[in-house]
Amino acid sequence: MIIPHPILGPRDAQEFVYLGDASLIDRPDGMTAGIEEFHDYLYQRTNPAGEHQELWYHEQGDRSWLVVTRNTVTHEILKVELARDVARARGRTK
Amino acid sequence: MASLQPLTALGRREPVTVTHGPLTIAERTDVALASVAARKGRMADLAAAARAAGVPLPAPAAHQSGTPYSAFWIAPEMWFVEAPFASHELIAEMLKSALGEAASITEQTDAWVAFDLAAPDLAPLLERLCNVDFPVVPAGYATRTVMEHLGVYLIKHGAGAVRLYGPRSSAQSLLHALETAARSVF
Repeated sequence: MIIPHPILGPRDAQEFVYLGDASLIDRPDGMTAGIEEFHDYLYQRTNPAGEHQELWYHEQGDRSWLVVTRNTVTHEILKVELARDVARARGRTK
Repeated sequence: MASLQPLTALGRREPVTVTHGPLTIAERTDVALASVAARKGRMADLAAAARAAGVPLPAPAAHQSGTPYSAFWIAPEMWFVEAPFASHELIAEMLKSALGEAASITEQTDAWVAFDLAAPDLAPLLERLCNVDFPVVPAGYATRTVMEHLGVYLIKHGAGAVRLYGPRSSAQSLLHALETAARSVF
Protein backbone atom coordinates (compact mmCIF):
# COMPACT_ATOMS: atom_id res chain seq x y z
CA MET A 1 0.00 0.00 0.00
CA ILE A 2 1.20 3.49 -0.85
CA ILE A 3 0.25 6.45 1.33
CA PRO A 4 0.39 9.85 -0.41
CA HIS A 5 2.12 11.94 2.24
CA PRO A 6 0.97 15.59 2.08
CA ILE A 7 4.57 16.85 2.22
CA LEU A 8 6.73 14.02 0.90
CA GLY A 9 4.51 12.50 -1.78
CA PRO A 10 3.85 8.77 -2.20
CA ARG A 11 5.56 6.66 0.47
CA ASP A 12 5.43 2.94 1.17
CA ALA A 13 3.05 1.94 3.99
CA GLN A 14 6.01 -0.04 5.43
CA GLU A 15 7.42 3.28 6.68
CA PHE A 16 4.30 4.00 8.73
CA VAL A 17 2.87 2.79 12.01
CA TYR A 18 -0.89 2.55 12.42
CA LEU A 19 -2.43 3.91 15.60
CA GLY A 20 -6.17 3.72 15.09
CA ASP A 21 -9.34 5.75 14.78
CA ALA A 22 -8.68 9.47 14.33
CA SER A 23 -11.34 10.16 16.96
CA LEU A 24 -8.40 9.84 19.39
CA ILE A 25 -7.73 13.49 18.54
CA ASP A 26 -10.96 14.46 20.33
CA ARG A 27 -9.91 13.64 23.87
CA PRO A 28 -12.37 14.89 26.49
CA ASP A 29 -11.21 17.44 29.04
CA GLY A 30 -9.89 15.39 31.95
CA MET A 31 -10.93 18.01 34.50
CA THR A 32 -14.57 18.34 33.47
CA ALA A 33 -15.63 15.25 31.51
CA GLY A 34 -17.27 12.39 33.40
CA ILE A 35 -16.03 8.83 33.60
CA GLU A 36 -18.60 7.66 31.05
CA GLU A 37 -17.28 10.10 28.47
CA PHE A 38 -13.72 8.98 29.09
CA HIS A 39 -14.75 5.32 28.93
CA ASP A 40 -16.32 5.91 25.52
CA TYR A 41 -13.27 7.82 24.33
CA LEU A 42 -10.96 4.99 25.35
CA TYR A 43 -12.97 1.91 24.41
CA GLN A 44 -15.83 2.69 22.04
CA ARG A 45 -15.02 2.59 18.34
CA THR A 46 -17.24 2.45 15.34
CA ASN A 47 -16.21 -0.16 12.80
CA PRO A 48 -17.51 1.23 9.53
CA ALA A 49 -17.53 -0.65 6.24
CA GLY A 50 -16.57 2.32 4.13
CA GLU A 51 -14.96 5.66 4.79
CA HIS A 52 -12.82 5.74 7.93
CA GLN A 53 -10.44 8.34 9.37
CA GLU A 54 -7.29 6.83 10.87
CA LEU A 55 -4.12 8.06 12.54
CA TRP A 56 -0.87 6.94 10.95
CA TYR A 57 2.64 7.83 12.13
CA HIS A 58 5.46 8.24 9.62
CA GLU A 59 7.98 6.59 11.89
CA GLN A 60 10.64 5.81 9.27
CA GLY A 61 10.17 9.16 7.59
CA ASP A 62 9.57 12.65 8.87
CA ARG A 63 7.90 11.53 12.14
CA SER A 64 4.67 13.33 11.32
CA TRP A 65 1.25 12.14 12.45
CA LEU A 66 -1.21 11.89 9.59
CA VAL A 67 -4.98 11.59 9.39
CA VAL A 68 -5.63 9.14 6.55
CA THR A 69 -9.19 8.91 5.22
CA ARG A 70 -9.47 5.40 3.84
CA ASN A 71 -12.25 3.21 2.51
CA THR A 72 -12.10 0.05 4.61
CA VAL A 73 -13.91 -1.95 1.90
CA THR A 74 -11.85 -1.01 -1.15
CA HIS A 75 -8.69 0.18 0.71
CA GLU A 76 -8.77 3.27 -1.46
CA ILE A 77 -7.07 6.23 0.24
CA LEU A 78 -9.27 9.29 -0.23
CA LYS A 79 -7.42 11.98 1.68
CA VAL A 80 -4.24 12.41 3.74
CA GLU A 81 -3.72 15.39 6.03
CA LEU A 82 -1.23 16.35 8.72
CA ALA A 83 -2.84 15.48 12.07
CA ARG A 84 -1.59 18.81 13.38
CA ASP A 85 -3.70 20.68 10.82
CA VAL A 86 -6.74 18.51 11.53
CA ALA A 87 -6.42 19.03 15.28
CA ARG A 88 -6.06 22.79 14.89
CA ALA A 89 -9.08 22.89 12.58
CA ARG A 90 -11.03 21.17 15.37
CA GLY A 91 -10.04 23.90 17.78
CA ARG A 92 -7.09 22.23 19.53
CA THR A 93 -4.17 24.47 20.44
CA LYS A 94 -1.37 21.95 19.87
CA MET B 1 41.93 15.60 35.02
CA ALA B 2 41.76 12.36 33.11
CA SER B 3 43.20 12.34 29.63
CA LEU B 4 40.52 10.76 27.48
CA GLN B 5 40.94 9.42 23.97
CA PRO B 6 38.05 10.07 21.62
CA LEU B 7 36.77 6.92 19.90
CA THR B 8 34.94 6.69 16.61
CA ALA B 9 31.49 5.14 16.32
CA LEU B 10 33.23 1.87 15.38
CA GLY B 11 35.27 2.01 18.58
CA ARG B 12 38.57 2.96 16.98
CA ARG B 13 40.96 5.88 17.09
CA GLU B 14 40.70 6.68 13.38
CA PRO B 15 37.77 6.56 10.95
CA VAL B 16 37.46 3.44 8.80
CA THR B 17 37.53 3.37 5.01
CA VAL B 18 36.69 0.15 3.17
CA THR B 19 36.57 -0.53 -0.55
CA HIS B 20 34.71 -3.18 -2.54
CA GLY B 21 35.60 -2.98 -6.21
CA PRO B 22 34.51 0.46 -7.35
CA LEU B 23 32.73 1.24 -4.06
CA THR B 24 34.32 3.20 -1.24
CA ILE B 25 32.67 3.40 2.18
CA ALA B 26 34.32 6.12 4.22
CA GLU B 27 33.40 6.79 7.82
CA ARG B 28 33.32 10.50 8.56
CA THR B 29 34.27 11.80 11.97
CA ASP B 30 34.92 15.37 10.87
CA VAL B 31 31.27 16.45 10.79
CA ALA B 32 29.49 18.23 13.62
CA LEU B 33 25.74 17.80 13.70
CA ALA B 34 22.84 19.50 15.47
CA SER B 35 19.09 19.51 15.06
CA VAL B 36 17.22 22.78 14.74
CA ALA B 37 13.46 22.92 15.29
CA ALA B 38 11.32 26.02 15.09
CA ARG B 39 9.48 26.73 18.31
CA LYS B 40 5.72 26.96 18.09
CA GLY B 41 4.69 29.95 16.00
CA ARG B 42 8.31 31.14 15.62
CA MET B 43 9.06 29.89 12.09
CA ALA B 44 9.30 33.42 10.63
CA ASP B 45 11.75 34.47 13.38
CA LEU B 46 13.83 31.36 12.82
CA ALA B 47 13.92 31.90 9.05
CA ALA B 48 15.15 35.47 9.53
CA ALA B 49 17.78 34.50 12.11
CA ALA B 50 18.98 31.59 9.97
CA ARG B 51 19.30 33.82 6.93
CA ALA B 52 21.38 36.31 8.91
CA ALA B 53 23.57 33.54 10.34
CA GLY B 54 24.08 31.78 7.00
CA VAL B 55 22.28 28.61 8.08
CA PRO B 56 20.35 27.14 5.14
CA LEU B 57 16.85 25.80 5.89
CA PRO B 58 16.05 23.79 2.75
CA ALA B 59 12.64 22.65 1.54
CA PRO B 60 11.19 19.25 2.52
CA ALA B 61 13.22 16.20 1.44
CA ALA B 62 16.16 18.42 0.45
CA HIS B 63 19.78 19.05 1.44
CA GLN B 64 21.46 22.42 0.94
CA SER B 65 25.22 22.79 1.06
CA GLY B 66 26.93 25.86 2.40
CA THR B 67 30.01 27.13 4.19
CA PRO B 68 30.35 26.50 7.01
CA TYR B 69 26.77 25.31 7.55
CA SER B 70 24.94 22.75 5.43
CA ALA B 71 21.52 21.45 6.36
CA PHE B 72 18.87 18.92 5.46
CA TRP B 73 15.16 18.78 6.21
CA ILE B 74 14.02 16.01 8.56
CA ALA B 75 10.50 17.00 9.65
CA PRO B 76 8.09 19.93 9.30
CA GLU B 77 9.93 23.01 10.63
CA MET B 78 12.91 20.87 11.67
CA TRP B 79 16.37 20.39 10.18
CA PHE B 80 19.73 18.75 10.81
CA VAL B 81 22.62 21.19 10.43
CA GLU B 82 26.11 19.99 9.48
CA ALA B 83 29.39 21.86 9.90
CA PRO B 84 33.11 20.99 9.97
CA PHE B 85 33.96 19.39 13.31
CA ALA B 86 37.34 21.12 13.59
CA SER B 87 35.82 24.60 13.63
CA HIS B 88 32.33 23.78 14.98
CA GLU B 89 32.78 21.11 17.64
CA LEU B 90 30.39 23.14 19.82
CA ILE B 91 27.85 23.40 17.01
CA ALA B 92 24.81 23.35 19.30
CA GLU B 93 26.03 26.28 21.36
CA MET B 94 27.10 28.18 18.25
CA LEU B 95 23.68 27.72 16.67
CA LYS B 96 21.95 28.66 19.92
CA SER B 97 23.73 31.97 20.03
CA ALA B 98 23.14 32.52 16.30
CA LEU B 99 19.44 31.57 16.20
CA GLY B 100 18.32 32.75 19.63
CA GLU B 101 14.99 31.87 21.19
CA ALA B 102 13.20 31.06 17.93
CA ALA B 103 14.55 27.52 17.75
CA SER B 104 15.15 24.49 19.94
CA ILE B 105 18.58 23.07 19.21
CA THR B 106 19.98 19.69 20.16
CA GLU B 107 23.52 18.40 19.85
CA GLN B 108 23.53 15.36 17.52
CA THR B 109 27.20 14.83 16.64
CA ASP B 110 27.78 11.74 18.74
CA ALA B 111 24.35 10.19 18.19
CA TRP B 112 25.13 9.17 14.62
CA VAL B 113 27.68 7.44 12.48
CA ALA B 114 28.32 9.04 9.10
CA PHE B 115 29.34 7.04 6.05
CA ASP B 116 30.16 8.53 2.66
CA LEU B 117 29.48 6.11 -0.18
CA ALA B 118 31.27 6.67 -3.48
CA ALA B 119 31.03 4.62 -6.67
CA PRO B 120 30.31 5.39 -10.34
CA ASP B 121 26.67 4.33 -9.77
CA LEU B 122 25.21 3.64 -6.35
CA ALA B 123 21.74 2.64 -7.56
CA PRO B 124 22.35 -1.16 -7.65
CA LEU B 125 23.66 -1.02 -4.09
CA LEU B 126 20.96 1.19 -2.63
CA GLU B 127 18.06 -0.64 -4.28
CA ARG B 128 19.15 -3.71 -2.29
CA LEU B 129 19.27 -1.77 0.95
CA CYS B 130 16.33 0.63 1.05
CA ASN B 131 13.14 1.66 -0.71
CA VAL B 132 14.38 5.05 -1.95
CA ASP B 133 13.93 5.32 -5.72
CA PHE B 134 17.54 6.40 -6.03
CA PRO B 135 17.89 6.88 -9.82
CA VAL B 136 14.73 9.02 -9.89
CA VAL B 137 15.29 11.39 -6.98
CA PRO B 138 17.41 14.47 -7.76
CA ALA B 139 20.82 15.32 -6.38
CA GLY B 140 20.31 17.19 -3.13
CA TYR B 141 17.58 14.77 -2.04
CA ALA B 142 17.54 13.93 1.65
CA THR B 143 15.24 11.48 3.38
CA ARG B 144 14.92 9.15 6.27
CA THR B 145 14.67 5.52 5.26
CA VAL B 146 15.30 2.01 6.58
CA MET B 147 18.35 -0.14 5.91
CA GLU B 148 18.62 -3.54 7.57
CA HIS B 149 15.98 -2.51 10.16
CA LEU B 150 17.94 0.64 11.01
CA GLY B 151 16.48 4.09 10.52
CA VAL B 152 19.02 6.11 8.56
CA TYR B 153 19.19 9.49 6.86
CA LEU B 154 20.22 9.27 3.22
CA ILE B 155 21.51 12.33 1.37
CA LYS B 156 22.07 12.07 -2.37
CA HIS B 157 24.85 14.37 -3.49
CA GLY B 158 25.00 12.75 -6.92
CA ALA B 159 24.47 9.45 -8.74
CA GLY B 160 27.74 8.21 -7.24
CA ALA B 161 27.90 10.14 -3.98
CA VAL B 162 25.77 9.52 -0.91
CA ARG B 163 26.07 10.43 2.75
CA LEU B 164 24.40 8.15 5.27
CA TYR B 165 23.70 8.93 8.91
CA GLY B 166 22.87 5.84 10.92
CA PRO B 167 22.40 5.26 14.63
CA ARG B 168 25.83 5.37 16.24
CA SER B 169 25.23 2.41 18.53
CA SER B 170 24.50 0.27 15.44
CA ALA B 171 27.43 1.57 13.38
CA GLN B 172 29.02 -1.85 12.97
CA SER B 173 25.71 -3.42 11.93
CA LEU B 174 25.09 -0.72 9.34
CA LEU B 175 28.60 -1.11 7.94
CA HIS B 176 28.09 -4.88 7.82
CA ALA B 177 24.83 -4.41 5.88
CA LEU B 178 26.55 -2.06 3.44
CA GLU B 179 29.46 -4.45 2.91
CA THR B 180 27.18 -7.46 2.50
CA ALA B 181 25.09 -5.68 -0.12
CA ALA B 182 28.26 -4.42 -1.80
CA ARG B 183 29.62 -7.96 -2.14
CA SER B 184 26.51 -9.02 -4.03
CA VAL B 185 26.69 -6.03 -6.35
CA PHE B 186 30.32 -5.33 -7.11
